[in-house]
Amino acid sequence: MLIRLTGGTVYDPASGIDGQQQDIYIQDDRIIDKPLGEFKVDQEYDLKGKVVMSGAIDMHTHIGGGKGNIARTLLPEDHRQDPVPRSDITRSGCGHAMPSTFVTGYRYAEMGYTAGFEPALLPINARQAHMEMGDIPILDKGGYVMLGSDDYLLRLLTAKKDQKAINDYVAWTMHTAKAIGVKVVNPGGINAFKFNQRKLDLDEQNAHYGVTPRDILRVLATAVKELGVPHPLHVHGCNLGVPGNVQTTLDTIQGIGGLPMHLTHIQFHSYGTEGDFKFSSGAAQIAEAINNNKNVTIDVGQILFGQTVTASGDNMRQHANHKHASPNKWVTMDIECDAGCGVVPFKYKDQNFVNALQWAIGLETFLLVNDPWRIFLTTDHPNGAPFTSYPHLIRLLMDRSFRNDMLATIHPEAQKMTTLASIDREYTLQEIAIMTRAGAAKLIGLKDRGGLSAGNFADITIYTDNTDRQKMFEKPDYVFKDGQLVVVNGKVVSTKWGTTHVVKPDFDPSVEKGLKDYFDRYLTMKLGNFKISDDEIIEDGRGSITVHPLSS
Amino acid sequence: MIEVTEVPSPFCGIGTDDLTIRVEGVSLKVIDNGCAINTPAFEQAITDTSPRVNGKEVHLDIAIAAAAALLKDTHLPVIGGCATDVNGMRGLLALADRVGAVVDNMNFTGARNNFLALQDSGWMNTTLAEVKNRCDLLLVVGTDLEAFAPRFFERYLWNKEAMFLDDTSSREVICLGKSPSGSASTSPTGKQAQLLPCVTEDLPEVIAVLRALVKGQPITATAVCGIAVADLQALADKFKAARYSVVTWAAGALAYAQAELTVQTLSEMIKDINNQNTRCSGLPLAGKEGDQTANQVCGWTTGYPARMRFSAGFPEYDPFLNDTHLLLANGEADALVWVQAFNSKSAPPETTLPTIVVARSGMVFTKEPEVFIPVGTPGIDHVGHAYRMDNVVAIRLKKLRESGLPSTAEVLNAIEQAL
Repeated sequence: MLIRLTGGTVYDPASGIDGQQQDIYIQDDRIIDKPLGEFKVDQEYDLKGKVVMSGAIDMHTHIGGGKGNIARTLLPEDHRQDPVPRSDITRSGCGHAMPSTFVTGYRYAEMGYTAGFEPALLPINARQAHMEMGDIPILDKGGYVMLGSDDYLLRLLTAKKDQKAINDYVAWTMHTAKAIGVKVVNPGGINAFKFNQRKLDLDEQNAHYGVTPRDILRVLATAVKELGVPHPLHVHGCNLGVPGNVQTTLDTIQGIGGLPMHLTHIQFHSYGTEGDFKFSSGAAQIAEAINNNKNVTIDVGQILFGQTVTASGDNMRQHANHKHASPNKWVTMDIECDAGCGVVPFKYKDQNFVNALQWAIGLETFLLVNDPWRIFLTTDHPNGAPFTSYPHLIRLLMDRSFRNDMLATIHPEAQKMTTLASIDREYTLQEIAIMTRAGAAKLIGLKDRGGLSAGNFADITIYTDNTDRQKMFEKPDYVFKDGQLVVVNGKVVSTKWGTTHVVKPDFDPSVEKGLKDYFDRYLTMKLGNFKISDDEIIEDGRGSITVHPLSS
Repeated sequence: MIEVTEVPSPFCGIGTDDLTIRVEGVSLKVIDNGCAINTPAFEQAITDTSPRVNGKEVHLDIAIAAAAALLKDTHLPVIGGCATDVNGMRGLLALADRVGAVVDNMNFTGARNNFLALQDSGWMNTTLAEVKNRCDLLLVVGTDLEAFAPRFFERYLWNKEAMFLDDTSSREVICLGKSPSGSASTSPTGKQAQLLPCVTEDLPEVIAVLRALVKGQPITATAVCGIAVADLQALADKFKAARYSVVTWAAGALAYAQAELTVQTLSEMIKDINNQNTRCSGLPLAGKEGDQTANQVCGWTTGYPARMRFSAGFPEYDPFLNDTHLLLANGEADALVWVQAFNSKSAPPETTLPTIVVARSGMVFTKEPEVFIPVGTPGIDHVGHAYRMDNVVAIRLKKLRESGLPSTAEVLNAIEQAL
């Protein structure tokens, strides 16, 4: 089947195309060059006056795994506000803060997204994360496996094992969990909470192991780099949400010593202690550090006002934050000498000083970081806001007068504490395409995704240009996934199953010797039963695995 | 004949995965690490392999067509049991979505005690490996733990070594309410569990006093429901002195009205202890008859645990009104689908409604259902996934033999296709 998309205005940062009129040819699931000689087009779409981008990629969104399912179970009243009926081609479910899996796939696709990556795949819960993502239609998916509070790694560090031993363990874990990246959450802090530590600064020791977060960050960032994993170590830093944590974040950037590092939902880690309420924006300092340290990338974790639920691996900080729970119910778990989780519902209010300033801090960060290839558009779904708020967020970034109108409505003391009104920048369509497409694909290391040149998979989103960017981005005219037309006028018209993206770095098979002994002595599962086989993802006939190349 | 090692069990709920099973044709024998629950569950023989329609043996296609025809004109079919693996639940929910059915896991009335507490105020919980390596004080509430899970103590308390305890046999076990039926809770060095017995229905009162003592509230009574307040005070003190205490209960064992308030009081007490400069966690026992699996898969597919309905065209949750027994008794349901791939002794509730049974081979009926389709058991006849009690861990089930029986998922998907 040959499809021609005719005359659209193309934004394809991956090939340096910035708003040029171009035809795009799709043969089956891939984009191809214009065929030579005579050819017959099976289907043509006239895209004159339309905006063409590749399918958007959410590089940090909690769409699979146990804590999300706890969040769902915790909030029946939220689901009741947003029931989703079935149709002839779609399954029923629920939406709002933590949508059901099928609805997650439909709603992402209906906004022009074609891939989402779960950032917190606990090794012991990776099976569940993949099963949940296996029930998300249309989207491609993948996950970053969580390490850093697992007792095995901390034992390796205490035993002064060399970097090669760490690398082998990290690579083995990526294989067994079927991951494309490595994440660390409150490095060592989840473990420290099990020893009743309630906070852990960058240079504070774990009471049992004597290991510091700085040590953990360094060995894991080194492992990721030496193994050739394209996605840099994905870091949820220490002291999430704590006023004054901007200093921790700046120290973390310095402490990584030039190694590649991605700091996630940095908004929650950019707080100062100035002003009457001892809470202030650290965004300018953070942005300056990001601008000056080319080894560091960030995503923002923007908050937007309204009800949501926070679901995090960081049970230490979530326990401390439970007093803000709204409604007042919350869950924490210690998990299998591996990790933990905490689920706390939040209602961000524009008339609450702290929430209002959080909102401004996120936007300041977006607007003060210069390089759109190193900053990514996230709300840390669902923690800052549900992913369905992205079109609104894009409008805030692209439309200064809209932003300033919104700014004028928030808590007056927060307005005084932000420089937002003085920032003129408006994101361009090309910059949005970088953040949500080309840059994300590059950051994750996705081959043949995130671009519109020949050879890429035909994940393509077409919008009608509209000065109201929210309206434009919430309702694409067409979305193609692997060449299949899945959305027309913002509604799903057909469904399919996406692939699971992974990398498979090499490891010395003898790593299993130490692991087998550890599993037999201390864990509750045999090593052989712990490892996830490819079959588990592909055996029902709808999943598939795509292995991406390592960096050389 | 072959011997399969490291076999995981979907039956016991605590994720034992060290069984050795001898397979001869279709007969299984547990050679190592069996228990009173797992051994009979694995060894149960296959009897019927042929589907039946109105008592007559038919080909699978005929039975599937008959099931589809029966469901086609129903207004409120109830899919009960819901005891199967992850893929079975996926198929079950797809069918239920299609026909507008009620979905109700057979253990939900017990599990409801937990869900109501969770959805009202939440909890702080832990998992089995944390218990194995950290727990220094275990309080068992209202439950005969070794009858529930015969190998719990051996695997998770009296393990030879633990990462964070010098001597696992020095752990303290206290049973509140029900006393243990055997001696599994006695440590390898002979230290017996402390018993604080009371009748199950008195637990709300006893636990209310215990929580008050944990919070330092004055109690003027000297005894509550036969337990000395001084003993409860000593227990409260032990919680504060322990480094990582764990409180466990089986929601289904708290079989009295409004037992969710007991779970809530326990869970709030655990939070209180965590505010007193030490750690304490809950450990709800479950994982039987596919209950955790049903609630997890239903959770991510619909947003709600497995007592919900699709009759409005979208998921609706009501933990009381969607009870199978209630819907059968008050005449709201007009058909019953009973799905039970694990336990052939778990027959459908009696009803005069048209009934489709998709169940483990060997099920005996007081009234022959309109359609009976014997299916393979996950972890024996086909691979699959099941959740253990602690909710986080899904175990990968093995295929042990070639029985030719279809899986629950295959049968339910085929019925949905036939519609």
